[in-house]
Amino acid sequence: MSALPSDESAALDGILQRHRHDPTRLLQILIDAQDIAGWLPAPVLTRIAAGLDIPRARVEGVAGFYSFLYTRPVGRYRVLFSDNITDRMLGNAELLDALCRKLWIEPGKMSEDGLVSVTTTSCTGLCDQGPAMLVNGQAIGQLNHRRINEIAEMIRQQRPLELWPAEFFQVDDNIRLKGALLGLEMAPGEALKAAIARGPEGWLAEMQASNLRGRGGAGFATAVKWASARNAPGELKVIVCNADEGEPGTFKDRVLLNRYADLVFEGMSLAAWAVGAGEGFVYLRGEYRYLRPQLEAVLACRREAGLLGKNILGQPGFDFDIQIHLGAGAYVCGEESALIESLEGKRGTPRIRPPFPVIKGYLGRPTVVNNVETLAKTCLVALHGGADFAATGTAQSAGTKLISISGDCAMPGIYEYPFGAQISRILEDCGASDTQAIQVGGASGICLASYEFQRRIAYEDVPTAGAFMIFDGTRDLFEVARAFIHFFAHESCGFCTPCRVGTSLLKGFMDKLADGHGAKADLNDIDWIDRLLKNASHCGLGSASPNPVIDTLQKFRPAYERRLVSLDFEPAFDLDAALAEARQLTARNDPGAHLKTHEEEEEK
Amino acid sequence: MSTLPARKLRVATASLAGCFGCHMSFLDIDEHLFELVDIIEFDRSPLTDIKEVGPCDIGIIEGGVCNSENVHVLREFRRNCKTLIALGACAVNGGLPAQRNHIPLAECLREVYQFRPGVENGQIPNDPELPLPLDKVRPIHEVVRIDYFIPGCPPSGPAIWKFLTDLIAGRTPRLTGGLLHYD
Amino acid sequence: MTKQFLLDGQPVPFEDGQTVLEAARAAGHYIPSLCWHKDFPPHGSCKLCVVKAAGRHVSACATPAKEGWEVESNTPEINGERRGLLQMLLVEGNHFCPSCEKSGDCELQALGYEYEVLTPRFRHFFPDRPVDASHPDVLLDFNRCIFCELCVRASRDIDGKSVFALTGRGIDKHLVVNAESGRLADTDFAKTDRAANICPVGVILHKRVGFAVPIGERTFDLATISEKTLKEGSS
Ligand SMILES: Cc1cc2nc3c(=O)[nH]c(=O)nc-3n(C[C@H](O)[C@H](O)[C@H](O)COP(=O)(O)O)c2cc1C
Ligand code: SF4
Ligand code: SF4
Ligand code: SF4
Ligand code: FES
Repeated sequence: MSALPSDESAALDGILQRHRHDPTRLLQILIDAQDIAGWLPAPVLTRIAAGLDIPRARVEGVAGFYSFLYTRPVGRYRVLFSDNITDRMLGNAELLDALCRKLWIEPGKMSEDGLVSVTTTSCTGLCDQGPAMLVNGQAIGQLNHRRINEIAEMIRQQRPLELWPAEFFQVDDNIRLKGALLGLEMAPGEALKAAIARGPEGWLAEMQASNLRGRGGAGFATAVKWASARNAPGELKVIVCNADEGEPGTFKDRVLLNRYADLVFEGMSLAAWAVGAGEGFVYLRGEYRYLRPQLEAVLACRREAGLLGKNILGQPGFDFDIQIHLGAGAYVCGEESALIESLEGKRGTPRIRPPFPVIKGYLGRPTVVNNVETLAKTCLVALHGGADFAATGTAQSAGTKLISISGDCAMPGIYEYPFGAQISRILEDCGASDTQAIQVGGASGICLASYEFQRRIAYEDVPTAGAFMIFDGTRDLFEVARAFIHFFAHESCGFCTPCRVGTSLLKGFMDKLADGHGAKADLNDIDWIDRLLKNASHCGLGSASPNPVIDTLQKFRPAYERRLVSLDFEPAFDLDAALAEARQLTARNDPGAHLKTHEEEEEK
Repeated sequence: MSTLPARKLRVATASLAGCFGCHMSFLDIDEHLFELVDIIEFDRSPLTDIKEVGPCDIGIIEGGVCNSENVHVLREFRRNCKTLIALGACAVNGGLPAQRNHIPLAECLREVYQFRPGVENGQIPNDPELPLPLDKVRPIHEVVRIDYFIPGCPPSGPAIWKFLTDLIAGRTPRLTGGLLHYD
Repeated sequence: MTKQFLLDGQPVPFEDGQTVLEAARAAGHYIPSLCWHKDFPPHGSCKLCVVKAAGRHVSACATPAKEGWEVESNTPEINGERRGLLQMLLVEGNHFCPSCEKSGDCELQALGYEYEVLTPRFRHFFPDRPVDASHPDVLLDFNRCIFCELCVRASRDIDGKSVFALTGRGIDKHLVVNAESGRLADTDFAKTDRAANICPVGVILHKRVGFAVPIGERTFDLATISEKTLKEGSS
């Protein structure tokens, strides 16, 4: 076992102690330990394993799973450009290039002096103010060449992040349209008092009457979920707020956490009251780490006010508290069973279901996982009653929905609409014109062409977790789909065969088309992989991953066809590029040292 | 009952990055070879003197693709053969030659031409007459469209016979009952 | 009255808690598997056991049987998907059977034969996965790993050692051993461990016994994987 410098060793001991040497805190420990040196050297993993009395291989397994944990050195300034399609549309590639040139480094490689590394990361949830980046976990939006110049300069001068201009780190809420939730002004505890007055059963009945359905994507009835957890055997029950918000193009939970944190926490307490839970977690995506201090402050106020802790609001036996658990760059951890694995300090691999989390979740305890927005909305139900809540929206979709609008429009930001709102109306409100297509519900959602804009946002028509990315007539829908496939291939957890291999194969085919080597035969293979992913994947990530391709192939087929160079077959790899190394080694460049990848061009 | 075509089927074969083992196995169909020559005739093949492949019914390729010459031959075959068959492990998945794929090409070549004992002042040849090696050895289906595959290292004589007779008789060729082997 | 479901039109009886795969095999119907093992809880990663139950695709190894279900398994559609999954596993790693000691005893290969996989079909990934020959008795050839995690589970749950774990994510996922050096020799692994004797493919190989049983007399030379599986199930 290699030794650690003594100061690092002491810091590590402090971290382990702070986390009570508890293996379920492994991910949190790794995140904290990484702050010591900026990465996780092998001896640190060994030390953590020993400190937790768990196998080292398990620690290495977890450290290798999360994008934001590094088992190889990275720069002291870690720059991650957000790489959602909306960032790409705003020119992030050019800015990344410019920054790298100014710093004399290659993308993805650390500078030789260990000062800086620059690369990309999945959508950081700043699509309304992109292009965006994270520098050592701090978000910077509205990037342009001027900002990039300044950033390069400050990195070169090694200026500490705290001394960078404060306006760089300002994240705007961009709330454009308020409805029942965003317009709500509620004193902390008010909703909870109303629910307590009704008693747990009465409160659940109210929830039942509200017809509130989950806002995280699947649209499951919240009251049914709560009742199942309430009735499940087991003393200890758990409420989890899913603040992983990894779906590209979604940022409404960011705004709720930034400005309406009290509503979110109150919603968790309301769930705890209904279910009889004593323990609550907020699973906060690593990209939103900068929100943590202010969230902790709100939690402290609520404890102070008797809204968390023991005998809440004087109610004997109503004990409930909330802790914040950080993610570390893994979209799949938004899937509720993967989230629970991650909460337990493991790799974020989705579990086999059944059993469902409401029966056996966190540490085998009945666990409710709800989206941030779902939980905030329960305050409305508590305050105004279930019937009132059910009165807005449509028959199957009660209440309002927060929509995160980005892409080609004048006013990107957060809009709250009653369910049933027509797409065309939304487009008009946000100042979109010449709209060619929109991607609703993020990468895993659906792509709508202009002839579908009369459709409505609702579980029974166009369901959405909240993303609404707009593409005008200048955009290439093939490139949109390709960006999303890159996202899925990068985020696949790798557990099951179809998704692990299939997303990579699909990415390969999309890149082949993009590079000008596509053939009709490739479209058949793409179709076939799409189907297998849909059918055989283990979780929603894999089964939704082909959606962008399926939709755009159906609705924007010419965007693919114009890239085909053959009606039949094209080599699976670039033949001429495959000779490049040999050309270099032999210093040859004669015609015989080349191959045409596309055969028709070759001399016969 | 369907009858075999009156015209003999024209068949071409070639060995790319292979060891001729598959060709040997082909000859291993023994007495069937006489039946075969009643219904087929050979075009370009290591078994004939014909140097250029002409229009054929069936092309059979042994070996993977390791250099530019292999690519040209393979494309010639694809252009001329109505049906193209990958014969043997190397053609199907790169086989033994593809085991070099995890070694960088530069290392491979230097090992062979510069550092081998007995080689002095060795240089990597740069004669324009010589085909250049690809960075990796590839299965042939990654370069041209392949209609049928017969795995095996080499495929057994009976497997090849079964496959070809199925094909010639117009049945979808199948390798069952122990005829299918990857080794 | 025992409960039953229909598998490709044939009635299959089952007991509560039995999975579709277990019930089917007990009744003499073969459903393939790679990551499932009778001594462990279902894992659900390889998806070879995929079937269509009441119109939905599910993993037979992890799905409890339901009264009255209509389950499709041995159909062109489902077998085509299985073939595709096998092809994915073959291109993802480096599988060169002629030089693999496991050839003839390998379940991936045997399933390739069962489902008449003649070509890997897709572009090969040719990943770079160095072998670990450090241990005196056992060689690790990671080129052939299919991530069934049987070694991980056996070492953790039976041997109580946790010699193996997976790290990385997605297509970069890979197996590591429980040592800072990354070498098997630096773990407490022993050739008698259950984990040393459970790999369905040619990753965990005992040294010096490679060709003790000649090719032609190996497990799947004597019986196909479906025959062998069903025979073991009934004994
Ligand atoms: C790959 C994947 C990612 C997901 N990401 C999120 C997420 O970031 N936030 C979220 O609330 N739900 C996400 N979900 C849905 C959750 O699994 C779960 O259904 C949801 O949190 C339940 O909350 P709700 O009932 O309030 O909607 C995701 C699902 C999948 C399959
Ligand atoms: S579908 Fe993808 S993300 Fe989900 S379990 Fe399988 S590999 Fe992991
Ligand atoms: S593990 Fe199986 S499939 Fe892979 S090379 Fe060995 S015998 Fe062949
Ligand atoms: S080494 Fe073998 S047993 Fe272990 S995960 Fe890989 S294939 Fe499975
Ligand atoms: S056997 Fe069922 S998923 Fe592997």
